[in-house]
Amino acid sequence: MKSYFKNMKRATKVDYATYAGVILAFVVVMACKSLGLLNRQMTGMLVPICAYICMALSLNLTVGILGELSLGHAGFMSVGAFSGIIVSMSLSQTVPNELVRLVLALVVGTLIAAVVGLIVGVPVLRLRGDYLAIVTLAFGEIIKDIINCLLVGWDERGLHFAFNFDGNQNIQSLGLSENGIEIIKGAQGASGNDRIATFTVGFVLVMITLIVVLNLVRSRTGRAVMAIRDNRIAAESVGINVTKYKLIAFVTSAALAGAAGALFGLNYASVNAAQFDFNTSILVLVYVVLGGLGNMWGSIIATVVLYVLPEALREYADLRMLLYAIILILVMLATHNPRLRDLAGRIIPRRRGAEADG
Amino acid sequence: MKKRILALALAAALSLGLLAGCGGDTNGGDTATPTPAADNTDTPSTQAPDDGGGSAGEASGTFTIGMIGPLTGGAAIYGTAVLNAAQIAVEEINALGGPVQFNLISADDVNDAETAVNAYNNLMDQGMQILLGTVTTQPALAVVPYTYDERVFTLTPSGSGDDVIEGNDNVYQVCFTDSNQGTRSAQYIDEHFEDPKIAIIYKNDDPYSQGIRDNFYAEATARGMEIVYEGTFGEANQTDFNVQLTGAESAGADMIFLPIYYTPASVILTQANQMGYHPTFFGVDGMDGILTVPGFDTSLAEGVYLLTPFSADAEDEATQAFVTEYQSRFGDTPNQFAADAYDGIYIIYEAIQAAGVTADMSNEEICDALIAAMGDLSLVGLTSAGSEMTWDDNGAVSKDPAAVIIENGTYVTP
Repeated sequence: MKSYFKNMKRATKVDYATYAGVILAFVVVMACKSLGLLNRQMTGMLVPICAYICMALSLNLTVGILGELSLGHAGFMSVGAFSGIIVSMSLSQTVPNELVRLVLALVVGTLIAAVVGLIVGVPVLRLRGDYLAIVTLAFGEIIKDIINCLLVGWDERGLHFAFNFDGNQNIQSLGLSENGIEIIKGAQGASGNDRIATFTVGFVLVMITLIVVLNLVRSRTGRAVMAIRDNRIAAESVGINVTKYKLIAFVTSAALAGAAGALFGLNYASVNAAQFDFNTSILVLVYVVLGGLGNMWGSIIATVVLYVLPEALREYADLRMLLYAIILILVMLATHNPRLRDLAGRIIPRRRGAEADG
Repeated sequence: MKKRILALALAAALSLGLLAGCGGDTNGGDTATPTPAADNTDTPSTQAPDDGGGSAGEASGTFTIGMIGPLTGGAAIYGTAVLNAAQIAVEEINALGGPVQFNLISADDVNDAETAVNAYNNLMDQGMQILLGTVTTQPALAVVPYTYDERVFTLTPSGSGDDVIEGNDNVYQVCFTDSNQGTRSAQYIDEHFEDPKIAIIYKNDDPYSQGIRDNFYAEATARGMEIVYEGTFGEANQTDFNVQLTGAESAGADMIFLPIYYTPASVILTQANQMGYHPTFFGVDGMDGILTVPGFDTSLAEGVYLLTPFSADAEDEATQAFVTEYQSRFGDTPNQFAADAYDGIYIIYEAIQAAGVTADMSNEEICDALIAAMGDLSLVGLTSAGSEMTWDDNGAVSKDPAAVIIENGTYVTP
């Protein structure tokens, strides 16, 4: 056993440590919860934290591993959230079990986000650098605008969809029967949803996301993707199919964001498309950058800290966002300051953060 | 690449704080007048008859009232107004020295549904018993299911969305619902203008704006009014309205209905003026505040109609007392959100008196007793234009609406 650990690669050790850390965090939180040590505010934040961790991990796949800046990640979250809500609401009578419904919603959210990721990815991944960033930004906005026009309802005859492109339709245009459920009402979003997301499912989703991402990174595919990131021409010259591998990473990332979105959407009674705008994409990008590009455990920690921080600073009222920004800048400066890194390197002989893909 | 991402993320993170918030909220509409118990220090003449079936004991104790609203971000002006006015009302009530005392706590929701839930949980941790909130509709839709499940009596001063009260027996509004505002606007225009050619410019990613537009459109069509043009915009493009204004002008519109907030409305007024296009503008309660936009030439707002429940220039004693107090404390003129909140605290106060609840009761007991009391409560407030406010079972308020016109920088009843 000991020799097994000794012979293990460092990257593998970090991966296992990440898994262990997440499980440990879950156990500690559950223990605190059952002992009543967590206040309502913390308890209420658990599910969104899980959703944002999945978002950060999946975005890290695109930004850190694939090396392409995506500014439209919230779009995929939005697709996942709304498809998850549609599934959950339309099955609310046929599948009374909430857990089954939640899992179904997550699966459908993942699949639909993957399809959208594929549709977006095929044209977008032909571009590079800034152009790609701008086009993903545009796609995020397009997804938002489409959902703003979307009307969805359910009744005994099945699901009804309509697009309100001319602005003259509303939920009544669907002609739902008396027992019909109005699921998505255009710009007003989805309200009156069942809140079925739970922290345990959130934790499982984080673990699944982590396993998918880490295994993808350590696989042959992951190495190909990183080769493309480091030098596209060299990668092409050794016969790597650039488009294919880029698409694999991008679609996986979109699918995982969809799952995160579904979890997020099912945690709130009211969700509207405007919530998943450019700001949300940037917020997740900040989590990723602060945690370190390509660094999965860094993303997790950064997400937790940055999500809890504004809430923890509530008591400072007006200064809240200012303090948040200042702390953010200080952390950014500190983690990227060569002197501080040097110092940390001396204290901890094998500096863990050094490896970009740790 | 990495550096660029870092730089971008940093810049974006900074702007996040500024951009956070902005969105859906509201309030109902008509001019103001008399107030509740307010300054006449005699003990709150419980204008409400005794509650129908609640406990009939003497109301007493210190109740913790929570307030959730946007205190920072783009909609901060609304949340701050609500908090300030609620503070005034609470202090007035506490100064009466009666058995019922209030303790006001507040939390910022940045006008975001997600943050609002966190804010709600935070207030519950602090022992909130009654919720005055949320100020805006979008957060309300996220918070209300929690208050419904946990039986926290909820009175929203200005969350006007129809879905806010729909299906929740514990939620009441001080303002009109969106559908009411849309319908009333169409009604008013039809009755006061001769065959206007109407253009509508609305924000189609905002439930508030979209909701009013839908109801306005339905009512206007039913009345055979002529809508010649509709233009939309979204959160991302509310700085340039030349396309919509040119569209409206070429369609021959002589009246533009603006079911939007005052910030984009101020841009529309400015750009229409630059184009030399001078139709009659008609706004709803979101237009309230147009005279306080920094850098906006208020002379452009002359002749703008708006449906608002409160006018700080109303002559009645209660309004004047409130406005004077507000101005001396916070340095600006209170808007209708403030008036709604002020009324809201008094509504809660009267309902508590009528229901005879005590502060040591559980939230559920308080909630059920207050619901029973609300059915019979009637109250004249700053925002009811002299009429008595009453509530239906759904939680919607019934009071007289009114429209005002802006003349010489103040609201005047036409």
